[in-house]
Amino acid sequence: MKKLINDPKDVVPESVTGFVAAHGDLVRAEFDPIFIVRADAPVAGKVAIVSGGGSGHEPLHAGFVGYGMLDGAVPGPVFTSPTPDPILAATKAVDGGAGVLHIVKNYTGDVLNFETAADLAAAEGIEVRSVITDDDVAVKDSLYTAGRRGVAGTVLVEKIAGAAAQRGDDLDAVTAVATKVNAQVRTMGVALTACTVPHAGEPSFDIADDEIEIGIGIHGEPGRERIKLEPADSIVDRIIEPILDDLPFKSGDDVLLLINGMGGTPLIELYIAYKHAAEVIEERGMHITRSLVGNFTTSLEMQGFSLSVLKLDDELTELWDAPVQTAALRWGR
Amino acid sequence: MALNGDWARAWMTGAHESMTAHRSQLISLDRDIGDGDHGENMSRGFDAVAAKLGDLPADANPADVLKLVATTLISTVGGAAGPLYGTAFLKASGAVAGQDELDGGAVVALLTAARDGIVLRGKAEPGDKTMIDAWTPAVDAADAAVSEGADPSAVLEAAASAAEAGAESTEPLVAHKGRASYLGDRAIGHRDPGAQSTAYLLRAAAEAAA
Repeated sequence: MKKLINDPKDVVPESVTGFVAAHGDLVRAEFDPIFIVRADAPVAGKVAIVSGGGSGHEPLHAGFVGYGMLDGAVPGPVFTSPTPDPILAATKAVDGGAGVLHIVKNYTGDVLNFETAADLAAAEGIEVRSVITDDDVAVKDSLYTAGRRGVAGTVLVEKIAGAAAQRGDDLDAVTAVATKVNAQVRTMGVALTACTVPHAGEPSFDIADDEIEIGIGIHGEPGRERIKLEPADSIVDRIIEPILDDLPFKSGDDVLLLINGMGGTPLIELYIAYKHAAEVIEERGMHITRSLVGNFTTSLEMQGFSLSVLKLDDELTELWDAPVQTAALRWGR
Repeated sequence: MALNGDWARAWMTGAHESMTAHRSQLISLDRDIGDGDHGENMSRGFDAVAAKLGDLPADANPADVLKLVATTLISTVGGAAGPLYGTAFLKASGAVAGQDELDGGAVVALLTAARDGIVLRGKAEPGDKTMIDAWTPAVDAADAAVSEGADPSAVLEAAASAAEAGAESTEPLVAHKGRASYLGDRAIGHRDPGAQSTAYLLRAAAEAAA
């Protein structure tokens, strides 16, 4: 394993130090406990949004802190949920008096720690709502599992809810729009290789050179099946069909297509995936009116990608187009 | 040893040694069916517990020790294990509040409250391939031991042995909670790391009482 790191124990704090040094116009950080907030936090009278989770998925979530998106991000250790303390501290630091929305990916650790932090914040008089994202269609049977996972569609929830908060919507309305985006986005992912957590020092799972894992979550953990490597178009077919067959897409819909890299797949390959996904979507009579391609919800250096489709309407399109100024997404401002 | 404040400290010192010694094994178990962080997280949490034991007043009772463990684990472990073990120790502390020395019945109350706290947070049921599959047999065995008139240290011994068997019993199961639940049949044949760390924790409790 080769990694551009110093002591594995220092990976998260050193990376956050570099991040805020590079983007001091947008963000600042606290280190005991560790969290990142907008440079101008708290914004008086605005609903604040906090997200977080294990590190290793960058730019998720700190890369989305700034005007028009998140107010705070709480990075845990690599692939491990943060504890309630930093979540509570971030919640207090961003509260501008209009309440705080937690956007939490549906992973057991994240849900339990955010739930505990929300209880503690409520005890201190801060109004907190939570939206749990669960856009991953790879998990078939929610009854006998921890449920569908929150994956790359979370970025779309954060952008659109962030725009609603920025324009002055109240906590109920911001929570409602976040819930709506989560209900209308579907994602599925594929891993071509495993990834190595710095302090573990060996790959998180074993996968042969000629195998791929279909339906991964954002740590490479499996969802559906392991198969032999296929051409890009066939792989895209395997994941776009379950996405489009799941509610709520139909002919005539306007959709946003997100091709998300897992960290180790180059853009030249992500655009090959985009090409075929777009063909399949147009064949189904839907119109791709917005798109996003790049590494947004990663799994360290893993090769692979996920594909997300969000059903748009006028409100969601307007909020998607609204100005955003963060390290990883920037337009209109 | 009488199950007093010194026993509770010795339990936690033993748990710290056990989590340190089994760090790699718990990482390996978790890597098989989870995300490979359980050993690291438990080891970090009990490092913090060990460091904080010295802050307790000399006359701290078992409930005081358990409460310190609860808040320390919640704020240092992370993942799912932090809130689950944290809640367990918080409820366990409440169940034996004010008692300077625990009898067999109090041990059962402690273990029952811990188990119920985990169920409350994690909503797992027996057979879901989680730490509950170690806790529930431990509670039942402790209860049976008390009925048979066992002394408190024998009650803990019974609980520890049952937790060990419970951890082993997770191997043939399909997981219904946590990250292993996404593996379906592929989780079969692997031991649940949370059930195993529970077994280590209760073994440390029994050894501290022996």
